[in-house]
Amino acid sequence: MALDSKIPEGPLKDKWTNYKNQIDLVNPANKRNIDVIVVGTGLAGASASASLAELGYNVKTFCFQDSPRRAHSIAAQGGINAAKNYQGDGDSTYRLFYDTVKGGDYRSREANVYRLAEVSANIIDQCVAQGVPFARDYGGLLDNRSFGGVLVSRTFYAKGQTGQQLLLGAYSALSRQIAKGKVEMHNRHEMLDLVKVDGKARGIIARNLVTGEIQRHSAHAVVIASGGYGNVFFLSTNAMGSNVTAAWKAHKKGAHMANPCFTQIHPTCIPVSGGFQSKLTLMSESLRNDGRIWVPKKMEDAKAIQAGTLKGKDIAEENRDYYLERRYPAFGNLVPRDVASRAAKERCDAGFGVNKTGEAVYLDFKSAIVRYGKQEAFVHGNKNPSDAEIQTLGKAAVAAKYGNLFQMYEKITDENPYEMPMKIYPAVHYTMGGLWVDYDLMTDIPGCYAAGEANFSDHGANRLGASALMQGLADGYFVLPYTIGNYLSKDIRTGEIPNDSAEFMAAEKEVKARIDGFMNAKGTKPVDHFHMRLGKLMWENCGMARNAEGLQKGMKEIKALKEEFFANVRIPGVANGVNQELEKAGRVADLMELGELMCKDALERSESCGGHFREESVELDGIQKGEAKRDDENFSFVSAWQWNGESGKQELIKEPLEFKDIAVKQRSYK
Amino acid sequence: MKLLLKIWRQNGPQDKGKMVDYNVDGIEGDMSFLEMMDVLNSQLIEKGDEPVIFDHDCREGICGSCSMFINGEAHGPGRNVTTCQLHMRSFKDGETIFIEPWRAEAFPVIKDLMVDRSAFDRIIQAGGYVSVNTSGNTQDANSLPIPKEDADLAFDAATCIGCGACVATCKNASAMLFTSAKISQLSLLPQGQVEAKERVINMVNQMDLEGFGNCTNTGACEVECPKGISLDNIARMNREYLSATAKGKK
Repeated sequence: MALDSKIPEGPLKDKWTNYKNQIDLVNPANKRNIDVIVVGTGLAGASASASLAELGYNVKTFCFQDSPRRAHSIAAQGGINAAKNYQGDGDSTYRLFYDTVKGGDYRSREANVYRLAEVSANIIDQCVAQGVPFARDYGGLLDNRSFGGVLVSRTFYAKGQTGQQLLLGAYSALSRQIAKGKVEMHNRHEMLDLVKVDGKARGIIARNLVTGEIQRHSAHAVVIASGGYGNVFFLSTNAMGSNVTAAWKAHKKGAHMANPCFTQIHPTCIPVSGGFQSKLTLMSESLRNDGRIWVPKKMEDAKAIQAGTLKGKDIAEENRDYYLERRYPAFGNLVPRDVASRAAKERCDAGFGVNKTGEAVYLDFKSAIVRYGKQEAFVHGNKNPSDAEIQTLGKAAVAAKYGNLFQMYEKITDENPYEMPMKIYPAVHYTMGGLWVDYDLMTDIPGCYAAGEANFSDHGANRLGASALMQGLADGYFVLPYTIGNYLSKDIRTGEIPNDSAEFMAAEKEVKARIDGFMNAKGTKPVDHFHMRLGKLMWENCGMARNAEGLQKGMKEIKALKEEFFANVRIPGVANGVNQELEKAGRVADLMELGELMCKDALERSESCGGHFREESVELDGIQKGEAKRDDENFSFVSAWQWNGESGKQELIKEPLEFKDIAVKQRSYK
Repeated sequence: MKLLLKIWRQNGPQDKGKMVDYNVDGIEGDMSFLEMMDVLNSQLIEKGDEPVIFDHDCREGICGSCSMFINGEAHGPGRNVTTCQLHMRSFKDGETIFIEPWRAEAFPVIKDLMVDRSAFDRIIQAGGYVSVNTSGNTQDANSLPIPKEDADLAFDAATCIGCGACVATCKNASAMLFTSAKISQLSLLPQGQVEAKERVINMVNQMDLEGFGNCTNTGACEVECPKGISLDNIARMNREYLSATAKGKK
């Protein structure tokens, strides 16, 4: 079966405008008779729910948290990109489009990315109108900063809590519709299956996480906005509850999973401190605007630091290796995430790591403090400041920009980052892969849409910083309201979808049987025991660097782990009430199947591109020696995997990628 | 380190509930409080007992899910931290730790340490928004300059994570710090002016309807708030409320 991405005809810059002009609309009276289900209340889900309800549809929204405000978009720190060109530094829609496609290593779909860049500016207008308190300069206008992989300042921010402010904006819009009765909100509910009737998505089976009740919810369309699946690695920057279940159920009902192996390893996270650790904490990429990344030049210094006999701050300037500035003079510390992560791993693998495990590098604000200190003193008329004055003023300036991040770091590590360089290491952060969608953001199940991190569409093999927030809100506020309407215009005569048809009853029965299976398992081990092992084997075999042998080994090990899991897990308590172990068991079972597919996808793609680094595919000589080597001749396609009834046996379907408006080049940040 | 934990166990909203003793060993200073709870729960499950139920998600202090009353303080002994950001290095070997849920009439216990905070959602639904549709037909973001000082104050108020520590701490179980943070954010910004009067009246009414108590200016909420939301916000809300009601809006 070939995939139809339904990209509109015409020049790139006119596609979205033409599309909007030509789609069929639903009249307001008919919208009142149409139901839409939205799963997830992060940026994509909350914004989609609010927008669809404003248009007049009846929306039923689901989240597993106790409130829609707690979805994990809330934890995004650094910012949101938009091609406003307020700084007059040469930004434009085309440049944001170009940076995103290049940053994604030419593995994303041109038309989707261009639309994203096109609507980006409007997102900022919308959020300001909602009362989102972005950072402003003294003239009262919006401030910007820069993120990795770009040469302009287009990132809007609210200290290190941009995700929180944007999500609360979307949550407020959602709350307004809940108050109007246009959104029926189901907190503490989890989607456990997608229901198809006559080939179309017509509803979901959900479990009430308080009472344990299994419910059948019908609708004319279903939007999956349930986020990414980084938790397959157990340790990640995701929330504990983030999971793949909603997307995976859609996959098993026929939606293709696209590029599942494309995982983003974020370079600046707080390193692992012990075997009990449950999650990793990100330090925003915005820190790389001012922080400089380094390891010792001399092996003996590195050894002394690892042994705890030397401190980083005592190493002289000439003995520091600012390896990103050395290797990538054009972008320096602001290279894209995949490049920065690999460079850190390279130094640590060579023995230069700076903590007891040797898996950390420094992120140092010493020179930023001096630079800002001098600048502040100058602005306040002190032309000849003392070192102490420079330090005081500089630290205050750094605190104003990154205070909450520094505080967070200190709470976790018990070290003062104003005095000692931060220690950081790469960690799993985001998944570019996800449900395959066409230009309408519809999966290949009619009526089943995927938005935000849950789809694959915009970031190719590597996402640029501050682009996830942009995509989530673009999908929910500005894309889905049009594309879903176009689909639903054919559904105005359908009438209410009954939730007691044979299809619903069968799906409900299946869900109940699965739950009974977990409850009746006769093992002794908690779910986390298996989740940790899954994470470890994924990190070892399908992590920052991958090779054929490791990937095959990974698939074999997951199969064995899965069997052990079903035989040896113990779920205490009852199914008809709060049971957090039961919730976890279902999620981990799905993550195991996903892990298998990730290894399979990574094995199939024997090129290196973006966050997917195959050790067999590197540049062997020239200026790019040691860098990832992409293979456009053989791999310029989206890998879409079709479920074939058994885990690990999916069939590969290729969507060829065409680049008409952008010259495909080797990605160089040198 | 070894610890004696005294934890509130309650099987459901109607159950009476009681404190139960648990011993844990091998706890390290670098563990977060919730990771210590993970260790306990793993032990309970392996023994065939039911784990202690508690809300948690992001584990980096921003989602507002975690909510434990530890040794008589919301989120425990640390300042400006949520329970998930509290580390075991704050405790001593051999210590006894009391762990209870948020206690307030408007936050009924669901199970063990998990409570129902949906009253907060309903307060926001009563007016914690600007009534602007997401049609994209808004004016350019920079056509409305906002003094940096106002924007920064609005931001500080907007950093509330809705965890409910203020309510749990308050002797009156008042939700005024939470409610006033949202009202302040929007009343400090020009976008929020149009509906300012209806907003403050509706949100305050909803707060009362939910069964939260009144503010008697003790200030304990501000001390225990993990985000340092200032008491000034309550003063601002009261001012807004007085001005709205004095002008005859009801």
